[in-house]
Amino acid sequence: MESTILRTENLNAFFGDAHVLKDVSIEIPKNTITAIMGPSGCGKSTFIRCINRMHELTENAYSTGKIYINDEDIFSYNATLLRRSVGMVFQRPNPFNTMNIFENVIAGYTLNRYKLSKSEKEQLVEESLRKAVLWDEVKDNLHKKGTFLSGGQQQRLCIARSIAMKPSILLLDEPTSALDPISTAKIEELLLALKSNYTIVIVTHNMQQAGRISDDTAFFYMGELTEWDKTKTIFTNPKKVQTQNYITGRFG
Amino acid sequence: MLQQVHSNANIRSLNFREAAFRKTLSLSAILLIVLLISIFLTLLVSSLPSIQAIGLKFLYQKVWDPVANEFGALPFLAGTLMTSALAILISTPFALAIGLFLGEYYPRGWISGLIKNAVELLAGIPSVILGFWGIFTIVPIVRAIEMRVGAVPSGVGILAASIILAIMITPFSASLIRLVISMVPLHLKEAAYALGATRFEVVRFVIIPYIRSGMSAGILLALGRALGETMAVTMLIGNTQIIPKSIFDTGNTMASVIANEFTEATGKIYFSALIETGLVLFVVTTIINIIGVRIIKRFES
Amino acid sequence: MKKYFTFRDARNLIFKFLIILLTILSVIPLLAILAYIFKQGISVINWNFLTSLPKPVGEVGGGILNAIVGSLMIISVAALIAIPIGVTTGVYFAEQSRTRIYNLAHLAVDVLQGIPSIVIGIIIYIWVVKPFGTFTSLSGSIALAIMMLPSIIKSTEETLKMVPSSFKEAALSLGVPYYKTMISVIIPAGLSGILNGIILGIARVAGETAPLLFTAFGNPFLNTNILKPTASLPLVIFNYATSPYEDWHNLAWGASFILVVIILFLNILTKLAEKRWKVQF
Repeated sequence: MESTILRTENLNAFFGDAHVLKDVSIEIPKNTITAIMGPSGCGKSTFIRCINRMHELTENAYSTGKIYINDEDIFSYNATLLRRSVGMVFQRPNPFNTMNIFENVIAGYTLNRYKLSKSEKEQLVEESLRKAVLWDEVKDNLHKKGTFLSGGQQQRLCIARSIAMKPSILLLDEPTSALDPISTAKIEELLLALKSNYTIVIVTHNMQQAGRISDDTAFFYMGELTEWDKTKTIFTNPKKVQTQNYITGRFG
Repeated sequence: MLQQVHSNANIRSLNFREAAFRKTLSLSAILLIVLLISIFLTLLVSSLPSIQAIGLKFLYQKVWDPVANEFGALPFLAGTLMTSALAILISTPFALAIGLFLGEYYPRGWISGLIKNAVELLAGIPSVILGFWGIFTIVPIVRAIEMRVGAVPSGVGILAASIILAIMITPFSASLIRLVISMVPLHLKEAAYALGATRFEVVRFVIIPYIRSGMSAGILLALGRALGETMAVTMLIGNTQIIPKSIFDTGNTMASVIANEFTEATGKIYFSALIETGLVLFVVTTIINIIGVRIIKRFES
Repeated sequence: MKKYFTFRDARNLIFKFLIILLTILSVIPLLAILAYIFKQGISVINWNFLTSLPKPVGEVGGGILNAIVGSLMIISVAALIAIPIGVTTGVYFAEQSRTRIYNLAHLAVDVLQGIPSIVIGIIIYIWVVKPFGTFTSLSGSIALAIMMLPSIIKSTEETLKMVPSSFKEAALSLGVPYYKTMISVIIPAGLSGILNGIILGIARVAGETAPLLFTAFGNPFLNTNILKPTASLPLVIFNYATSPYEDWHNLAWGASFILVVIILFLNILTKLAEKRWKVQF
């Protein structure tokens, strides 16, 4: 069994009185891609937002239960500092519009006042952009604002910005749902390449995408972790009725 | 994990800065509330000598004679009321016309931009310059009218002040009216047009009824503005302490009497009486403004 | 079916004509005022006018240097006071949820905006001039600062509410603390709009006379000390305009011309800035 990097025990999440995650216990192995799937409103976005403690930023939102990253209880850790070790990429690309491409990639460092020398910065920017498969397309325009980039390129910029922080876990919330098929394919490719250095948890609506890139799949239904297994197994031999129905398209 | 040592000191300073930021934000909001309350209290406390000495007579006594130590504010309460009411009367048709022009008839295009900019420009002209202009243009006109009518041809007076006041508040109420007109739902108007109504009929039977509350708020807020206007009125009202009996009389408003006499107010009661005038002005305009804003807020939702 | 021009159609046309007529009539005062100011003022403006001090009645020449410098001084200090408080309060309104204090403070801003400027003058006289024992430029600045606050607060609040929340989320997910997110990401993103509100506020108070009548008070001499009484453009206009001397009336027209040009310039600036800002998102 590969080592577990992320583990939740009886995770429950609430928005005020609304109970949106119920007793979720899961173990994510290191250097894998885990797909989080389920119909709308099942709690999958809430789940990954609990992992980097973004969930509690919403008013009246809170969670109970335990989450461990590398066996450290993340709730005993300062939340702001935790988020520097867990990266998140959102559904709509959101590069900072007051910064150029170069500054965007290292935004996590400059905003958090980490001192880097000029050569360290340049090295980090190139390394991150290469990993995000964006370097060749922007290397001559690093000091321009990213407004000329396409949606797919902007999203890869956001990925570069997240992995520049060298997180151990990368969380992605439907990162390709707003993109065209070609950009989607590019991002799926780069996620597969990133797997060797990062652990990836990706929320997706797209079953084919889960089938293409994920090692494991967790299926959520109405706030509960209904089923969680190797992707191949989930798709060919699901054990629960709800999973079966979702896969065969009974509901979306 | 990121190769940084997050010492406890780091975390403490982080938490401190977060808390300090939030506290500063709350503090500025509280400062605003305190400012407002202080303004009211200062006016109240400084009016006390006058309130104690004169009491309620202040509001209905007809004579304001600092030399004889008599302080009745009725002359300028009357003056304020007359000028503001007349100004509202004069300006409302024009404000409504502009509101309809920009909100209904020509909401887009170069004409719209031109008129909109012209109205905003008018709103930006300082009160003192309008008063100055009024001395040389409005006053002669009023004087001519007075000579025709057989009144004392002073030129300055209630009428002149009301006219300049009307010019000053028209842009304000026009933009408010335009705002509420633009909020009339399209489907209501289209339903009327589909039944064969003319534009005038849509205005009369759909738009005007719909914006009634918004319009009254607009007039209320314009009234609030008019009550507090100082400079242009001071320059055109004649500055006499009589109760004006007609629009051709000279007079004073609460704001103009303060502007004229404040720096020369010797004597504790005199000084306090002027401040009491300011207190009345403050209370009345504040109440009007709060009501007006409430109506607008309710209209928007 | 033949189409007749009915009474209703006639009424419709007459009404439209009436609306257009009244609108044009409303614009006429503006044109008249601008034309008058231009005609009277342009003949007075020359280098001497802008750089010399007023002369006693009867003597030729004289200028409004004291007023120009005074206005600059009073307004810059007012901006220095109003901007930090205004922007901070605007951030509060944009970020905070509706609590008791929020609602009260919001009400306070609305009330503050409606207070007659002469009343503000009275207040600052009592709070600042009396304790200091003298009229001061500083007291004038404080009065103008209070009048600038609602404009700055409102535009900061509106601007920041329009900044997409995705920027905040992105920054927070990178482990940027909340306070740094606001200061280094959100406020810079809304800077154009905030600046707009500041310029608007300045344009509004540049022409205010009433709050300065018993605070800055005026000064026939050049003054750069904020603890002394100071001249300003609106004040000299008022004093010269209400005087019986034609020489001084001419000075007032020149000063009016300058003041209107400055306010016009500031308003055009905000229009241009508004266009640039609206494109960003």
